[in-house]
Amino acid sequence: MDAFLLQVLNGLDKGGAYALIALGLTLVFGTLGVVNFAHGALFMLGSFCAVTLQSLLTLERVVLDPERLTAWGTPMEIRTPYIVDWFGDFGMTLIDWSVPLAILIAIPIMLLLGVIMERGLIRHFYKRLHADQILVTFGLAIVLQEIVKSQFGANPIPQPAPAMFAGSADIGLMLGFAENAVVYPWWRIIYLMFSGVVIASVFAFLQFTTFGMVVRAGMADRETVGLLGIDIDRRFTIVFGLAAVVAGLAGVMYTPILSPDYHMGMDFLVLSFVVVVVGGMGSLGGAVAAGFLLGILQSFASMNEVNSLIPGIDQVVIYLIAVVVLLIRPRGLFGREGVMEN
Amino acid sequence: MIKFNVKNKDHILLIGFIIVVALAPVIFAPIGAGYPDLLQKFAIFGIFAIGFNILFGLTGYLSFGHAAFLGVGSYTAVWTFKLLTMNVIPALILSTLFAGLFALVIGFIVLRRSGIYFSILTLAFAQMSYNLAYSVLTPITNGETGLQLALHDARVLDGVFGVTRGEGLPSTTLFGMAMSGWSGYYFCGVVLIIMFYISLRIFRSPFGMMLRAVKSNQNRMSYTGLNTRPYTLAAFVISGMYAGLAGGLMAITDPLAGAERMQWTASGEVVLMTILGGTGTLLGPVIGAGVIKYFENIFSSFNEGILMDAFSFLPEMLQHAVVSITGLFVGEGWHLTLGALFMVIVIFLPGGLMEGIARIGNVTRRWLKPKPVATTEADAAASE
Amino acid sequence: MHYCGANREILLGSRIQFNSEDSQLMSKIDNSKRKFLKTSAIIGVGVSAPLIFTNAHAAYRNEPKGSTVTFGFNVPQTGAYADEGADELRAYELAVQHINGEGDGGMLNTFSSKALKGNGINGKKVVYVTGDTQTKSDAARASAKRMIEKDGAIMITGGSSSGVAIAVQGLCQEAGVIFMAGLTHSNDTTGKDKRANGFRHFFNTEMTGAALAPVLKNNYGTDRVAYHLTADYTWGWSQEGSIRKYTEAMGWKTVQAVKTPVGAGDFSQYITPVLNSGADVLVLNHYGKDMVNSLTQAVQFGLREKTVNGKQFEIVVPLYSRLMAAGAGEAVKGIFGSTNWHWSLQDAGSQAFVKSFGQAYGFPPSQAAHTTYCQALLYADACQRAGTFMPSQVGKALEGFKFDGLGNGPTEYRAEDHQCFKDVLVVKGKENPTSKFDVLEVVEVTPRAQVEYPASMLGGNLGPYNNG
Repeated sequence: MDAFLLQVLNGLDKGGAYALIALGLTLVFGTLGVVNFAHGALFMLGSFCAVTLQSLLTLERVVLDPERLTAWGTPMEIRTPYIVDWFGDFGMTLIDWSVPLAILIAIPIMLLLGVIMERGLIRHFYKRLHADQILVTFGLAIVLQEIVKSQFGANPIPQPAPAMFAGSADIGLMLGFAENAVVYPWWRIIYLMFSGVVIASVFAFLQFTTFGMVVRAGMADRETVGLLGIDIDRRFTIVFGLAAVVAGLAGVMYTPILSPDYHMGMDFLVLSFVVVVVGGMGSLGGAVAAGFLLGILQSFASMNEVNSLIPGIDQVVIYLIAVVVLLIRPRGLFGREGVMEN
Repeated sequence: MIKFNVKNKDHILLIGFIIVVALAPVIFAPIGAGYPDLLQKFAIFGIFAIGFNILFGLTGYLSFGHAAFLGVGSYTAVWTFKLLTMNVIPALILSTLFAGLFALVIGFIVLRRSGIYFSILTLAFAQMSYNLAYSVLTPITNGETGLQLALHDARVLDGVFGVTRGEGLPSTTLFGMAMSGWSGYYFCGVVLIIMFYISLRIFRSPFGMMLRAVKSNQNRMSYTGLNTRPYTLAAFVISGMYAGLAGGLMAITDPLAGAERMQWTASGEVVLMTILGGTGTLLGPVIGAGVIKYFENIFSSFNEGILMDAFSFLPEMLQHAVVSITGLFVGEGWHLTLGALFMVIVIFLPGGLMEGIARIGNVTRRWLKPKPVATTEADAAASE
Repeated sequence: MHYCGANREILLGSRIQFNSEDSQLMSKIDNSKRKFLKTSAIIGVGVSAPLIFTNAHAAYRNEPKGSTVTFGFNVPQTGAYADEGADELRAYELAVQHINGEGDGGMLNTFSSKALKGNGINGKKVVYVTGDTQTKSDAARASAKRMIEKDGAIMITGGSSSGVAIAVQGLCQEAGVIFMAGLTHSNDTTGKDKRANGFRHFFNTEMTGAALAPVLKNNYGTDRVAYHLTADYTWGWSQEGSIRKYTEAMGWKTVQAVKTPVGAGDFSQYITPVLNSGADVLVLNHYGKDMVNSLTQAVQFGLREKTVNGKQFEIVVPLYSRLMAAGAGEAVKGIFGSTNWHWSLQDAGSQAFVKSFGQAYGFPPSQAAHTTYCQALLYADACQRAGTFMPSQVGKALEGFKFDGLGNGPTEYRAEDHQCFKDVLVVKGKENPTSKFDVLEVVEVTPRAQVEYPASMLGGNLGPYNNG
């Protein structure tokens, strides 16, 4: 039972990440109709917002110590972060909290990037073939990725969570299990709650604001909304920016779980498309539901009991579910008719 | 003024194609690509992309899992070498057949859906094949290391025909002619020409017309009471067989089959090759394949030393500056150049490289003769 | 430089018959096929005649005729191991400088063989070409083929994964050039898949198991229950097998060994079952990114704070890479593993290498850089001693070659499997690092005698040398 519960938690946590990435993608892909192969790169850029903030906070004053030598004979460098010089302990706290703080810089940066991408590139591709969209966004993803690589190298860069959240919570105890039966890392619990909050905000934004209403109307019938004299193009720009922010936030908060490297976007790209399509094109709720569904099933498939029954199931479970869902439900779980079917 | 009809133009295209394939070692030498392995890759991925284009270019069905068929072809070929004979003919036939069978089974399932749902289904099947080949199926595929020849392989047919075993590993042969080096290239080249010709005939056939009709409006086709599925399935299987053949040729020129050949990135690569060259054009996919393979093999090999030599005519200060800037785009930065190239091509040439060629053709023709008559023809050529 | 497969074989009778099966095949060809061959040969010649003549009297593939000899450095420049590849390339550039007599000479000064005089090899200056393996077998082979077919490389070296090493080794065997393996740790490279033309300086999982087990015994005792997470590919299985073999021999039990997909990213679904499995040691048979992620996450799940069976829970990472371990940050502290070499070693060879590398690039070399530097030097030295670059002769010079002064103590290239035998370092994540390079500390140097095994144990067959 405790093993089962732990896998549910793992699945929810994974699902939270999948849902966040898929939510941004489905805004662009399922509703604007742009096959955005650069979406993974946005996720990666988000996580590198955290890396950038951390390296800014830990900019170091370098003093050479001629007394001591390195193994190769040059004077040893003594490095102290400026911020500790200036603020002392408060500086240390800032460094410790660099990941959550990165959310603050990631929102404007990702919004700006999203708007630039849409204005500068994507909008010229709304009417182009999907094939062209794939080529241009894939090219963009490679370019972004290589720029990050030239700045930060290819190796993963550790981004520790604040020391406060380093340990685990004894969830089992709260639910009446024995002590230490069901423990779960604090940061993963926070990630799950965070993804819930972001998903809820996006839905609230689209559901309860006039802006959101117009965007939803535009998704359903772009031409008619345009005829009503509403500038739908400007709103779509903001939707794209919003998608970039959601992907970026997913990236920032994921860094303590997965040390970021320049290639991580590509690793999530295929998966996020699968999630969106399983959820159904044009359905925001579908993307979220599919994210959690795939996350949980993937966790269960990895259990030793399941795996010894069907060897290798954990390697293919996501794709297997995708096949089954698409064969039973032609448009995914909650897909709308006529979206991206040609 | 000679007015070309389609047939004449096809003949000229084919003859030109044959000449380029035959003289490739000379033509590509000045850009550093005139060596057997890369030219083999041009030919093999050319075949792969031509086949992919029969499906995608004609029917509009975008498969994101074609690398699986390439992988199946490779594994089949290597197993043929291990079990039957080092002669490449059985390997070539079996790899095409097996890939075709595999494509038939998968196509039967995935063609129930269209558009993005079709793409994701093909992707899912290919990724499953890749993941299983990498892990659980290791007894068949030899996992990450890849399937290789071994000294103690059975090679039944070779035994029957009395081919004696040497001390070392055998190499693939076509009745005694080694399939590495230049002879390997010419073998691939001949196959490429044949496959190009077949694709040309498919494009011009009633079957090809039917596929194009599917692309332009499948619903209308269905309303006329015609079941389009057999046509699309045929196109799917044919392009799967092209992929299997390409995979077989990869194993023939280099007897090793690895799982990574089936990964989604490999499927994505053939999509990019086709779009880059020009979807739905005859020649485009081959050109796209060549460009991508050229970048992968040649641009990645430029290191600082080579750049320093190349810019040695500049004054030293300038030389260092130029080398450090160009260094970002070559060697370990070759991906960056490729990504930028994708963007530039698709932004400025919506029809891929073939549109660029057609435009150049137009300009030169307009330049040569004052009356612009040929425009429509060139457009027709570009949209073939 | 260009080369014409079978055509050349017919045109030039002078080919050394090392691959005797080819020649036997040739004699079986009947007349009509011969005619076909001739025509194709003529096409081939027509195209590449001027190129062929330059190679007309070559005794072996890519015999250097001018004043230079070309090495091929085939390293990952894109993908997950790009940083490791970059470090290998730095080491190679240094090795070339030292062989050609530039720079401070590095480990040439401490190397026990004094054949190299700092004026190149056999009177020829060393030049090199580079390529990107992308850590994919196909790409690595394509890149190596380019070096052999187009650039005339006499030797291929480098790489950061066993799959790639085995693939390129097979290619070099077929092509008739020497392959000096880079970072490859699987037993198969010099076991099941060994080839006459291939040589490995790096250690393997068998040696890791033999070296690590006694240290684990001393620190964690003999009554332990281990849980393995294993990367689901050949190296992972090899590593798991070796660790199980040696730990079970000293009394540990293995409660469960789970295969994880390569590049899984989030390992939580594999880590939570460990929590209540009754195991008190977790062995992570992961390398590179997988290792960084699984280790970081295992620590986040509080495994190291647990007490199971009245004992402190421990994590073991059998193969360390310092470059990658830095990616796991704090998580590596106090965790045991093994490594081929570490820059903090105090012997004269290591110090000389760290000095010339550090002065050139401003940071210490990684184990990948060290093994590739050694490989380049060892190859050069063997050619000098053999007086030729012919693979069979160079191979003979390397077989059974005993040397010292390259940072690992007295070392031998065993003739039976072309594997180097030397001391193995057991390391531990450092508790109080003084710099960002100071991630590991050496806890024990396991003597060579303890990690040696009979060559027949791992199977495989070298086969004959191929001179191309």
